[in-house]
Amino acid sequence: MHGMRSILPAGPNQYFIIIHVKYPKERLDTMAIPDEEFLLKTTSACAGCPSSLILRYVTKAAGTDTVLVIPACCTSVIQGVYPTTAMNLPVYNVAFASAAAVASGMSEAFRAEGKKTNVICYAGDGGTIDIGIQALSGALERGTDFLYICYDNEAYSNTGMQRSGATPLGAMTTTTPGGKKDHKKDLDAIVAAHNPVYQATACAAYPQDLYNKVEKALTIPGPKFMHVLAPCPPGWRFPSEKTVEMGKLAVKAGLWVLYERENGKLTITGASKAAMKKRIPVEDYLSVQGRFRKITAEQTAEIKKTVEENIARLQREVDGIC
Amino acid sequence: MSAKLAISRPAEGAAGKSGTWRTFRPVIDEEKCNKCGLCRLYCPDAAISVDLEIDLDYCKGCGICAEECPKKAIAMVREED
Repeated sequence: MHGMRSILPAGPNQYFIIIHVKYPKERLDTMAIPDEEFLLKTTSACAGCPSSLILRYVTKAAGTDTVLVIPACCTSVIQGVYPTTAMNLPVYNVAFASAAAVASGMSEAFRAEGKKTNVICYAGDGGTIDIGIQALSGALERGTDFLYICYDNEAYSNTGMQRSGATPLGAMTTTTPGGKKDHKKDLDAIVAAHNPVYQATACAAYPQDLYNKVEKALTIPGPKFMHVLAPCPPGWRFPSEKTVEMGKLAVKAGLWVLYERENGKLTITGASKAAMKKRIPVEDYLSVQGRFRKITAEQTAEIKKTVEENIARLQREVDGIC
Repeated sequence: MSAKLAISRPAEGAAGKSGTWRTFRPVIDEEKCNKCGLCRLYCPDAAISVDLEIDLDYCKGCGICAEECPKKAIAMVREED
């Protein structure tokens, strides 16, 4: 008895009542996003369109003092029918190759007048990776104070899904009916070579991450770039309700890594932190999309290898090795 | 000399009543719903209000809300006509 008493804590017994409050975590997160919508109901985008979803959060983060510069892409045709538009923000629709060049001039004009208006290019992968790349490179090099957002659905989907420089290996498009034979162009490496003040990737499936990055980018003066994965239901051939699911699979498989690079310092964000260590098989992502129906075992192995190399390279950069 | 610019003005329904596109209609089961708001977060067309009411005039019926609902409180029901 004496021995037992000695292990009891000194002083009066204290009781703690722990109340578990069941409150969904996601709800707390989404509270930071303003309720105001800048895309009025509705655009003429397809059901389940990731471009509309991304633009919803880009505009929410940007706010009213913003001009969108949109080259030829899905977003230039989904705005509605003249003389009305679903976009409750000034939009400047410009030629395919010119978005970043237009934004350069526009940004300079605003700054010359002492205005801090956000100039945002919102362009597809064709208008960025292929056709608009010289204008983008020029604007980054000139140090234009703007934000360039490339929403990447990995093909020219507006005109019926033709192959683009962003189409991944093995994906069927109308111009690669047997599956693409080449790899996706590494746009992020091209942009990183320009040393922009802020560079990030995001995905339509993670609106909070996307919102945070756009909000942060717009507080920094100078050229900013964001590359956002946009899983496209008709183009990638999956049912419209799977848009968000497909984006999550891409991130969990490590095919798409969420990160931001601020003044050269890389930070892995959101769901990719877990994916850097443990990933789902890439087959889980490839097999649920009709566009990868003809992918060969060699191509799948090639994609796996690319994913592992990319993850290892990013990990080395995070660790400060390269 | 004045130049006339082709400017579109913002308006609801600029692309028509997109609710007519639907094959399946989302129906919320209020018993199961815990008001987490993920359906509203993921709706590409902002057809779900702050009070989590679906605007059937404009909902295109993509089904993302039903797919992403953690409580499986939204059912996609085939449109009658």
